[in-house]
Amino acid sequence: MKLYFKYVSILFRSQMEYRTSFILLSIGQFFVPFLVFVSMYFLFQRFNTIGGWSLYEVALCYGIIHMGFSISECFVRGFDSFSSLVVNGDFDRILVRPRSTILQVLGSKFEFTRIGRLSQAVIVFVYALSNLNIDWNFNKILTLIFMLASGIFIFSGIYMIGATLCFWTIEGLEVINIFTDGGREISQYPLSIYNKWIKRFFTFVIPFGTVNYLPLMFVLDKVEGNSLIYMFTPLLGMLFIIPCILLWGFGVRHYKSTGS
Amino acid sequence: MIQVKSLNKTFKVAKRNAGIGSAVKSLFKPQYSTIHALEDISFNIDEGEIVGYIGPNGAGKSTTIKVISGILVPDSGKCDILGLTPWKNRIDHVKNIGVVFGQRSQLWWDVPVIDSFNLLKDIYKIPTKDFNDNLDLLTSSLNISSILTTPVRQLSLGQRMRCEIAASLLHNPKILFLDEPTIGLDAVSKIAVRNFIKTINKEKNVTVILTTHDMSDIEALAERIILIGKGRILLDGSLTELKNKFATHKTLTVDFKENSSDINIEGTSILSRSKERIALSVDLNKVKVSEVISTLSNKIDIIDLSVDSRPIEEVIIDLYKEYQI
Amino acid sequence: MRAYYSLFKMRLLKGLQYKTAALAGVSTQFFWGFMYIMIYQAFYRSTSSPQPISLRQLIQVLWLQQSFLVFIMLWFRDRELIDHITSGSISYELCRPTDIYSFWYAKILAQRLSGAMLRCLPILLIAFLLPYPYNFSFPPSISSFVLFFIALTLGLVLIVAISMLIYISMFYTMSPTGSLLMFSVLGEFLSGLLIPVPLMPDFLRKIVYVFPFRYASDLPFRIYVGNIGFKEAIISIGVQILWISILIIGGKLWMNKALKRIIVQGG
Repeated sequence: MKLYFKYVSILFRSQMEYRTSFILLSIGQFFVPFLVFVSMYFLFQRFNTIGGWSLYEVALCYGIIHMGFSISECFVRGFDSFSSLVVNGDFDRILVRPRSTILQVLGSKFEFTRIGRLSQAVIVFVYALSNLNIDWNFNKILTLIFMLASGIFIFSGIYMIGATLCFWTIEGLEVINIFTDGGREISQYPLSIYNKWIKRFFTFVIPFGTVNYLPLMFVLDKVEGNSLIYMFTPLLGMLFIIPCILLWGFGVRHYKSTGS
Repeated sequence: MIQVKSLNKTFKVAKRNAGIGSAVKSLFKPQYSTIHALEDISFNIDEGEIVGYIGPNGAGKSTTIKVISGILVPDSGKCDILGLTPWKNRIDHVKNIGVVFGQRSQLWWDVPVIDSFNLLKDIYKIPTKDFNDNLDLLTSSLNISSILTTPVRQLSLGQRMRCEIAASLLHNPKILFLDEPTIGLDAVSKIAVRNFIKTINKEKNVTVILTTHDMSDIEALAERIILIGKGRILLDGSLTELKNKFATHKTLTVDFKENSSDINIEGTSILSRSKERIALSVDLNKVKVSEVISTLSNKIDIIDLSVDSRPIEEVIIDLYKEYQI
Repeated sequence: MRAYYSLFKMRLLKGLQYKTAALAGVSTQFFWGFMYIMIYQAFYRSTSSPQPISLRQLIQVLWLQQSFLVFIMLWFRDRELIDHITSGSISYELCRPTDIYSFWYAKILAQRLSGAMLRCLPILLIAFLLPYPYNFSFPPSISSFVLFFIALTLGLVLIVAISMLIYISMFYTMSPTGSLLMFSVLGEFLSGLLIPVPLMPDFLRKIVYVFPFRYASDLPFRIYVGNIGFKEAIISIGVQILWISILIIGGKLWMNKALKRIIVQGG
């Protein structure tokens, strides 16, 4: 853990060598998604609700998924841009160092400009909360924390899958964006508005539904009866990372036997 | 210290013919050809040796280095380095070794060198005292103390290579792998790097395995060379042995007072001849150089003469030719 | 003229080589198109009042957006050109016997055309085969198809002229980040890629009509689906031509000025 923060600090100083570009990119990271939210706002002015959800409820969805996305893009960027590590042969360097490959890949890159995206997500999140009349209790606050964690875990897991594929091929890997960027865009709205195949896929295969839609049913009191199940769905979603880590280990073994 | 026994490694390479038809075909039924990167590689290296590992491109040099540094798993064979198998105990094994890839940097590009060193201290969990002692020693003997606070991207190649070598020795490894450490360096930096390698080998008894295409590196450093070609070890011995085996000829160049008489000595052949100078290639198996000189001095009035061995580069070229690699 | 032609051919062949990348791009855009359709479908379900554009028309627009994405997005950056400008090796380009503005223009145009050729047909074809109401369909009349084709071509000419401005601005900033950022953030929004122009609030739509961006994407696509009538289409195509002349002439003048600056600097 100490080493991880050392990595963070050295890469942060690297990035600060290019301060202007850092500031501009952060501003871009703020405005690009923020305009998406503005568009959403205008659509709600025209249509009022979507699938029974109001603007503020959807804004909560939006805030949570973007927070999870930007945090994982900042700290798990090493896996997201892993193909360059394989192409340059720098992965060999990682293998001749006495630390776990996951830690070293995580430490190979951070994308601090995501602070821009994170701050717009926080703004939307606060805006949503201050306009919603939620009957707060400890369980609901805990659920929000679970939701954020679940988002970070799922995005990280997808980045790891993408990185693992680099051991076999680096062509056409943009398809992974369907699950990262696509997953993020899909989850800006409650999953219930989509076709049942999309709903199933993003609940059971890549469980984005557990990041906001399902637990929000509990937080926003949209369910009757036993709502505790909804509260714990984010924890189930977090389990997604386990097969991803196993897959990564398999990929590393493949790399070590082929060297390609 | 290092025992390698019958390593084998094959790679599958996808074969693809030109044309759309075969491109589609290979999509469904890919065809592979097998390449034997390593075939029955065995050698032992003792503590404190400097070994030059040479061979043409694609001979299997870097595959061997990758296997013994724990990056690649071989198909079969044994490898015991300080009691560990590299690919089974990766993390313990790599604590004992230092690796320099001449073409790639291990330093963080945008921050001062010392920051990279400090991070390596944490990666290798080097105790602070050892780290400071080592750093003092390395910076003074590599003469890099003045550039420690410079960002890596502003260093010259020679400066950077010295920092790379220092970086790979911070954790006091017992074995050092150098993959083309002098590639692209100017003469001064080359000599500095070589001298340093000699020094740490003597003083700290670090075992060095060196791959290079620069034969003067080998001549300056390695007492022993291992020659590999097409995945097999072709020769394993001392540099002098190699020279004796292949340097069967010496060149004798003689300046003399103008004379046009016939010079024909058994066991020699004339490389060039003018009125005042002759160059002879002497076959050492047939005749001694001293005999040739005395025969010559009877015939002509010698002003000056020189005897040269053939340069090692040529010897190596002959060697590659002989083994058809 | 021959130089431009061979440049174009080279680009096209280069683009055709990356088949896997194209396939990946097609699937990604297909996914996005599908997602947007479902979102708008859900929005339209929650209202009973008629909207300025019908859901069916909107679906056609969304498919057109996805398949011609390379035509309409602004941030399609050319690493080579950027490096030329920032590293100063632009002086080599100055030695060539061609007008730099036209040469670069041709290069960017070729890049976009080759990109679109590989992507638009597969996407449209699959979209055609989808079940109702998701499917893509033919335009309501031949005249709207002809007008669509004209407006789309002019739109491409327009968007390349705009992106030339981004490159020229880099002579001053020496880094692509700032200009690309400003243009792509505002450009995407103002061309109706984030929210379709007819669904915008009135005040916003008035702003959007002032800028050139919508004439490259919103206009041709809405002509195709019949959301813009014949008369308005003709007028808008006139506006397109006006914008193109302004931007190309302005761009050329600006570029000459920027190049002089470089020569003075001795770069």
